[in-house]
Amino acid sequence: MKTDTGWRLFVRTIIARSYPRVIGQQRQKTWIIFEILLPFVSTSGYVFVYRAMQAPQDYIGFAVVGGVMTAFWINVIWAMSAQMYWEKDSGNLALYIMSPTSLMAVLLGMAFGGMFASAIRAVTILILCTWLFHVPFAVSSYGSLIGIFALSMVALYGMGMLFASVFLLWGREAWQLSSMLQEPVYFLSGFYFPVRNFGLAMALVVSLIPLTLGLDAMRQITFSSGRAVRLFSVQSEILALAVLSVTLFAAAKYWLVRMERIAVNEGTLTDRRR
Amino acid sequence: MFNTFRRSFFPAARLGWSVESNWADPFVFFTFSLLKPIAGVLILVFMYQAVSPVGIGSPTYAYIYLGNAFYIYVGAVMAGASYSVLDDRERYRVLKYLYIAPISIPVYLFGRAAARFVTGTAAVVITVAAGIVLFQLPISISSVNWAMLIASLALGVVCLASLGIILGSWTLIIRSQPWFIGEAAAGALYLFSGAIFPITLLPPVLQPIGFVLPMTYWLELTRRALLGNGATAFPVMAAFDNRQLFTILGALTLGLSVLAFLAFGYFDRLAREKGMIDVQSDF
Repeated sequence: MKTDTGWRLFVRTIIARSYPRVIGQQRQKTWIIFEILLPFVSTSGYVFVYRAMQAPQDYIGFAVVGGVMTAFWINVIWAMSAQMYWEKDSGNLALYIMSPTSLMAVLLGMAFGGMFASAIRAVTILILCTWLFHVPFAVSSYGSLIGIFALSMVALYGMGMLFASVFLLWGREAWQLSSMLQEPVYFLSGFYFPVRNFGLAMALVVSLIPLTLGLDAMRQITFSSGRAVRLFSVQSEILALAVLSVTLFAAAKYWLVRMERIAVNEGTLTDRRR
Repeated sequence: MFNTFRRSFFPAARLGWSVESNWADPFVFFTFSLLKPIAGVLILVFMYQAVSPVGIGSPTYAYIYLGNAFYIYVGAVMAGASYSVLDDRERYRVLKYLYIAPISIPVYLFGRAAARFVTGTAAVVITVAAGIVLFQLPISISSVNWAMLIASLALGVVCLASLGIILGSWTLIIRSQPWFIGEAAAGALYLFSGAIFPITLLPPVLQPIGFVLPMTYWLELTRRALLGNGATAFPVMAAFDNRQLFTILGALTLGLSVLAFLAFGYFDRLAREKGMIDVQSDF
């Protein structure tokens, strides 16, 4: 029997691992409803808060864009970072490690599948909120917007792949840490408000989270008042996101190799009781 | 009956506390318990500071801050009871053993909710204290109406626990993705109960939902107890005096307690018939 090796196996693994995430959307329709409903409800809450504060209409747009991006962050945290922990719990992790393919390909497959599933939810939330709350988009360059979004996703899912390896070294903490990384990151990355208010030093620190820069750059391109509340120029943010992407992917690769070594040496990493 | 309560409530509360807290050392657990709710409040504080022309001295600010702070209890107590069923059935796979133990399952769920109430209380106290010390929340400890605060809290917790038991019972018969129930209910209540904005901002067709939710009256009472006259930022509830608010909240709590009892009986029977007590959905 002829078997694939090298880059063919790598690509087939990516397709195989992303397949259940894409097809799963069709088989679990209630999941889609809830995953659209929950971010929509929380985004609506922030929109009404801005209305209660009599904020300019652009801020309602900021809240909507932030709410849309929560779909990706939730996916990265629960379906990337904590995924290896779930796989260990269900007994699949040992199979991944024993199989002749690369764990990097498995994680990339999760990322592509997750990105697709999250994109469906994000677009739906965006359309719903834009229609209901009359968001005043003033996109200056669609090309730049798509480019920045794509770059943000690369860096974000690179971070998810890194977390997936790191989280695996923990046990029950993985669940708690995933939960802990939601609201604090919404706050630190400025999902619902411009992070300019943090001051430069703090803003530099929180820029290590890819969505901080991605959101700030997208606001600048998407809203007329975006530049007035910007953190850095769009060009600087694109450069920083590119550096983050490369660094996070390299770190993810390093940790995956290390994790596989631990799995082989100690023989306990895949033990679901730990 | 008392023995069954004692056997069910106290071990459940202790178990709940252990499940919540023993995954980390006390410092990490304490930090974890606070980070999430405080981050939620900080989002609102920075949103307010980013746009408000009147500054944080405005009563609107206190209204939003306190609503969000006390809403921590909703996620902790109400959604917590639903998560308990999920945890016990699917994660730790012990629900079937609990069912054959000589305990009352609704009282057990109430005990698990009580454990979450304790962790929630720590988060609420620190969030409000941080508001007073760091974010100029206009609360004077000497002018707080403590009797009103404690009474409204007690009613609110019973009400939330009853809602939690209803959701937990419902969770019993759901096979796939049951963890959404608690989150969806907490999210919906957040939107409709006027926790962070007055319900009059909602579309007119949705506003009546806010007026039938106990959280709306509970949050108003806690705000009045803490802020006194400063609780008039949004006069949605101005037509109601404190006695009327307590009466409505009390009636809704009683109704929900009865409903929780009935709901558990119904869903429990259904779950046994469908073999859902030990089902695993690989959530």
